[in-house]
Amino acid sequence: MHFALTDDQREIKQTARALLAERCSAARVAEHADGRGHDSQLWDELVGLGWPALGVPEEHGGLGLGVVEAMCLADELGGALASVPYLGTAAAALLIRGAGSADQKRAWLPRLANGEVLGTFGMARDGQGELVPEGTRADLIVLVEKGRAKLLTPATAKVEPVDTIDRTRRYAKVTGEGESLPDDAALPAARVSVLVAAEMVGLCQRTLDMTVAYVKDRRQFERPVGAFQAVAHRCADMLVDVEAARSLVYGAAWAADVAPGTLARSAALAMAYVGDAARRVTSSAVQAHGGIGFTWESGLHWWLRRAQLDAVLVGAPGHHRQRVADAFTGDVS
Amino acid sequence: MDLSLSEKETAFRNELLDWLAANPSGQPSGPGQDEQFEHRRAWQRRLASGGWSAVHWPVEHGGRAASLTESAIFFEEIARAGAPLPANVLGLLLAGPTLMQCGTPEQRDRFLQPIVTGDEIWCQGFSEPEAGSDLASLRTRAVLDGDTWVLNGQKLWTSYARYARWCMCLARSDTDAPKHKGLTYFLLDMKQEGVRVRPLRDITGAAHFNEVFLDNALVPRDLVLGGVGNGWRTALTTLSNERSGLAFFHQVQMRQLLDRLAAVAVARGSFADLRVKDALGELYTRVEALRLTAYRGLATIERHGQPGPESAVTKLMWSATNQQLTQLAVDVLGPDALQEGPGWGYELLRSKGNSIEGGTTEILKSTVAERVLSLPRSR
Repeated sequence: MHFALTDDQREIKQTARALLAERCSAARVAEHADGRGHDSQLWDELVGLGWPALGVPEEHGGLGLGVVEAMCLADELGGALASVPYLGTAAAALLIRGAGSADQKRAWLPRLANGEVLGTFGMARDGQGELVPEGTRADLIVLVEKGRAKLLTPATAKVEPVDTIDRTRRYAKVTGEGESLPDDAALPAARVSVLVAAEMVGLCQRTLDMTVAYVKDRRQFERPVGAFQAVAHRCADMLVDVEAARSLVYGAAWAADVAPGTLARSAALAMAYVGDAARRVTSSAVQAHGGIGFTWESGLHWWLRRAQLDAVLVGAPGHHRQRVADAFTGDVS
Repeated sequence: MDLSLSEKETAFRNELLDWLAANPSGQPSGPGQDEQFEHRRAWQRRLASGGWSAVHWPVEHGGRAASLTESAIFFEEIARAGAPLPANVLGLLLAGPTLMQCGTPEQRDRFLQPIVTGDEIWCQGFSEPEAGSDLASLRTRAVLDGDTWVLNGQKLWTSYARYARWCMCLARSDTDAPKHKGLTYFLLDMKQEGVRVRPLRDITGAAHFNEVFLDNALVPRDLVLGGVGNGWRTALTTLSNERSGLAFFHQVQMRQLLDRLAAVAVARGSFADLRVKDALGELYTRVEALRLTAYRGLATIERHGQPGPESAVTKLMWSATNQQLTQLAVDVLGPDALQEGPGWGYELLRSKGNSIEGGTTEILKSTVAERVLSLPRSR
């Protein structure tokens, strides 16, 4: 057992981080969110580097890597809060790869991998996807309901924009008949939730890092505010959340690639914890920044806004806690 | 990234499981603490006879040279089998490794073997009435008289002192030196006139800890560990060994307690109450987060040779979760969880110590803030 990223996986994560640090400054995040635009320049670069191809099988023009590697990218993209459609595109590929027919895979996977098609996904209730990220501009939408998935395109879908507080993404309500994926989509959907959770781990880590930097720098009463225990202990609590969340997400990503028998449970565990952790950590970041944290200009709110949307994107934490309780009490009773 | 056991680890686990199946730990002969301790001592003898007492120690000292992961497996599996910790847990986890790192060849020859067999129990004499979180301010005095050190003072919260033959005793040997520099680490014989042990009754009504009074207690010169004036450094060696194995034992015990609670909740129909179901879901989530974080901690130590941020947060996670769990039991079981004596009432009260023993939550948070997050020192 060695429960840590391998050297190759670390390399992927560090390369992604370095690139995003250069291309995706906080000012750029604000520029795109404020203007409600996309960073198409960055997305083109990421496509060129093969990011959307990463989780697509080699026979369909991808790099054939696993959820752990995709998790590394989602983590860093969440931290950088990049305005690029990676999550939806990777999610659509995971769903088609896991539940699609041979024809559907041939038709869509190569074009998702090479960036020709922008994909997205949504959890649906009574046929309606209520919160579909980038639903307004996706070429392909995969809706999942009760373990079954269907494909929709702008031609077959009714897409209604939803103006959420997360302005780094354009969300939509999506309905429509679409084309069913033949195989069970429960586990592919669990893989998608791992990426959503990874995104939240990234944004938790980033807001913790920003907070630590701020409380070291900001002085009151002739010392850095981070020297006050009330502030320092808040930061320690944030770290506990970040580490616990990371552990559960790594566990779920490992299960996604290696132990499908435990994936449903591991993914529920991750989603049950990480959604609340992201809410707590981003709120704590605002609090530790004091008045500055409440300003528009600080930009912290972009991370808080995204955390709120990510926390409910594939079901709220309470929903996943119920699933966890059911799974574990099934073992003991 | 790999959460599954390697071939070697699986073989280790299978051998252990076979041995545990053939060697059940049994039950204490009575409910008292003395009976429980004797049960644990007999259990350790049994472990030692099978070569399972000190799995993480080198083979030359009676161990199996188990890796960190194998050692974690050992503590998880004995907990899962319902067996207690070996009686000499402080000797095995603290005194032994400290002797191996800082002791003289003579000290290692003298002390290591009886630690493995449990023939000589060890206790840890660090905390004092006026030196809890601020350990380096301890006041027990050590004065050299010819070839013998003479110790005077008081130690507090000393687990196992009633049963111990030896004590890892930290005392001030130089009152003129700065507070971290004037300390020396002694191997103190507990069976002597100058040492008096008084059980300390705690919040549960039982006495898990003791007070130790040193009144001209004597330590021969050659039983200084790590050199005169080096006590702080030697103590840090001890403390850095502290929770590696225990964390895995406690984590499994907490999971067992949670499984018990969940089973009762289902049996009584409280599981239909969404608040209870939600709280149980949250506890399972936290227990799993702790388990996985502990595994990540092992991987970091294997890779970098020292603990990372994960290890710093596991104690905080464990103590808070265990307290949350024992409190939920009261909500689920009502007055049944508030009976005096062994059971949920005891667990509730005992868990209050979790956020104090081995470093208070407040001190640990400050440590995390300073050492992991590099925040300025706070007071």
